[in-house]
Amino acid sequence: MPMLVHRFTKRMQMNQTRRDVVRQGSIVALLMAAGLLRPGDVCAADWNPAAFEIKKLEDLVTLLGGEPATASDAIAINAPDIAENGAVVPITVSSAVPGTDAISILVEKNPNVLAAAFEIPAGTLPEINTRVKMAQTSNLFVLVRAGGKYFYAAKEIKITLGGCGG
Amino acid sequence: MGSPMKLRARADGDVVEVKILMAHVMETGQRKNPAGEPIPAHFIQTVTVTYGPRTVLSAQWGPAVSANPFLSFKFKGGEKGGTIRVNWVDNKGDTRTDATIIL
Amino acid sequence: MQPSFFDGLRPRIAAACAGALLAAVALTATGDDNHAIDEIAKYREMLKDGNPAELMEMRGEELWTTPRGPRAASLEQCDLGLGPGVLPGAYAHLPRWFEDTSKVQDAESRLVTCMTVLQGLSVEEATRNWTKPNSDIEALVTFVATKSQGAAIDAPALHPREAEFAAVGAELFFRRAGPLDFSCATCHSQDQRRIRLQDLPNFLDPKSAQSSMITWPAYRVSQSAVWTMERRLIDCIRQMRAPDADYLSDAVIALEVYLQKQAAGGVMQAPGIKR
Repeated sequence: MPMLVHRFTKRMQMNQTRRDVVRQGSIVALLMAAGLLRPGDVCAADWNPAAFEIKKLEDLVTLLGGEPATASDAIAINAPDIAENGAVVPITVSSAVPGTDAISILVEKNPNVLAAAFEIPAGTLPEINTRVKMAQTSNLFVLVRAGGKYFYAAKEIKITLGGCGG
Repeated sequence: MGSPMKLRARADGDVVEVKILMAHVMETGQRKNPAGEPIPAHFIQTVTVTYGPRTVLSAQWGPAVSANPFLSFKFKGGEKGGTIRVNWVDNKGDTRTDATIIL
Repeated sequence: MQPSFFDGLRPRIAAACAGALLAAVALTATGDDNHAIDEIAKYREMLKDGNPAELMEMRGEELWTTPRGPRAASLEQCDLGLGPGVLPGAYAHLPRWFEDTSKVQDAESRLVTCMTVLQGLSVEEATRNWTKPNSDIEALVTFVATKSQGAAIDAPALHPREAEFAAVGAELFFRRAGPLDFSCATCHSQDQRRIRLQDLPNFLDPKSAQSSMITWPAYRVSQSAVWTMERRLIDCIRQMRAPDADYLSDAVIALEVYLQKQAAGGVMQAPGIKR
């Protein structure tokens, strides 16, 4: 699996289109990050350091076993293709995967890849609007947990640092 | 004790939209001060939103959530006049809870 | 090698400033940029809902209504030009001449006057940390400006002293200075000038001037702070490598008088949100 991931990231660097990337479904066992978050755990005191200390998507694969995540068109990422400032990248994520009960946001090229993980209890719509930091142009992955399985979608977001205007 | 949050909750039929702004530096721990010393990480780690006894959203965050975080989501079954409570806890143990009425 | 987060980000921002000023002179938008421009517009649109400036506004309101200083007074009797305690529209009419101080003042300098006169604070206390996020003055200016949302900018500089400030402001706007031989007008007096992806307002065009002035003060995501118009101008001056302008100085207020006059009629939307 780590080899596959290595290939995956290598190919990413070759400016692969998003669709091609998304086909690399089996590789994205790495997106088991949310698997580190205890299912159904809604206790505020629990923060999972291991999940947030993962430096590379590859490390997730090494660290985690389990089923690979599947690419899904039922996950929508609404974000600009280009962000003027990586310190604030607005994203709205929604999942039409039935039974969605967790949504995580990961930024491939951040120092720590996992940005945020949300537990979605029954009755809450599987749609989150928030803002994350991106260190540089990168793929943003959204990982959804539904019925104990994992699904993902990806979008590349370019970060321009912009001028000093405003 | 953190600074107050700005909360809005609005009912449209039986769907309540909650919008939250939190005042927090969300320091990554990756930056250095002018003396070249690392600025310690300081960020919100957990967020819990409740409607009465019901938890309608819970989150775990790392320092890659933007400074002064914004979060919005929707849940079903809320009623006008009901109370939404939002709590966050950061990595230094600081915490803040604010409440708002559903309009 | 993975650059660390802000270690990677910050120096490049600083470096971008130097190059961008010069690059901007030659840059105009082309068809190739249309997608980028659309996406940047989307980025800005998505940021509008949930502007962290609202947190400063909340804090500003608390500072306005809470008794503070040696006189344990609130700012609720502060006269911003429309009478003691009158907030709606006050920001849109500033800067203006104030009889009691014999000065042309903007929102910021007037708030400092109120804090010193009403509350007994020193100027130093009133402006403490003005260059840092979450300063009292930043919160107060944000609160006051928010109360002008929907009001048209109306600071025509008719009083002789205001007219004098407008003339000085225009002079400062056009005067080339500093090692780069730059003026504000170098970048801000023609249409479709940009610094990288940022469209620059043309302050000689009323519509363009309005589109800028109605959004200040604004939350700068790059600073996690609300910048007031004074802070914006002082930093523009620094970016031109001109000698530092003093905070609350007549020179900065003169520029504001000129810009507000150019933006007359623009309907206030502040606080804005910018990169």
